[in-house]
Amino acid sequence: MEAAAAKLIGAGLAAIGVIGAGVGIGNIFAAFISSVARNPAAAPHVTAMTWIGFALVEAIALYALVVALLLLFVF
Amino acid sequence: MAESAQSPLAQFEIKELMPISVGETSIAFTNSAAFMALSVLLITLFLVLGMRKSSLVPGRWQSMAEISYEFVANLLVETVGNEGRKYFPFVFSLFMFILFGNMLGMIPYSFTFTSHIIVTFTMAIVVFLGVTILGFVRHGWHFFSFFVPPGVSVVLWPLMIPIEIISYLSRPVSLGVRLFANLTAGHTMLKVFAGFVVSMGVIGGILPLAFVVALTGLELLIAFLQAYVFTILTCFYINDAIHLH
Repeated sequence: MEAAAAKLIGAGLAAIGVIGAGVGIGNIFAAFISSVARNPAAAPHVTAMTWIGFALVEAIALYALVVALLLLFVF
Repeated sequence: MAESAQSPLAQFEIKELMPISVGETSIAFTNSAAFMALSVLLITLFLVLGMRKSSLVPGRWQSMAEISYEFVANLLVETVGNEGRKYFPFVFSLFMFILFGNMLGMIPYSFTFTSHIIVTFTMAIVVFLGVTILGFVRHGWHFFSFFVPPGVSVVLWPLMIPIEIISYLSRPVSLGVRLFANLTAGHTMLKVFAGFVVSMGVIGGILPLAFVVALTGLELLIAFLQAYVFTILTCFYINDAIHLH
């Protein structure tokens, strides 16, 4: 298999990793919504952590993106 | 007007604005350096001019300057405690620099200096080295007890300690890559969809335009959020160094 084709296939496979981030972000906001629904007074406490958690999970999706970009443009 | 098919990655190109050479190496003043200088200038103007009146009941500008100060100060004291106050100048500079850098990148035709891995990785390495040196200065060799997770029996140590060390060494990488990848991916997507707006004409371009507007809103949120996350993780790492576990 030529390197160019292998790069494209590798990049496509690496992009599958963002599934994990999709599940993770859904989990975070599901927990946020149900905790605020149960106890609206807790909203200010939980909101800050929710956004930090979202950023950390999104970072995982971006690691997968970085691997894909690495395969396409560096090798 | 002829349409030049420009790659959406062309916006990240470094351009030399003023070529300066020391012998063979070029230390030119680039667009990245220009935007960093602009960021520092804007932060300085924002804070100095905002506090010019320094009245007890703040006006609007002074209020904004005080809010930014309190935001970072509360962040630091909540995560580290009162001993964290002495690291406030560093953490505040870090937060404002990244925030203004990200926000300047949202201006059309500007350059986002935080979208380069070398910039974000340098900042992350500075934080990592600073925190590690801080840990050694405070605790001496006892700092290595940080790699032993609390409440773990001795039998598991040969497994847990390498895992802890690897996850500690991956901190600067994750810190730098998180900021770089967020900004690069966001701006690349904006450029790609903006290309669709142009190529799909007046009628067909409305849907991509709506998407670009929504994406720009998301990018503004991400710009602030990434500065906040970088800063709060720095505070967590400082807390780890000061109070092991």
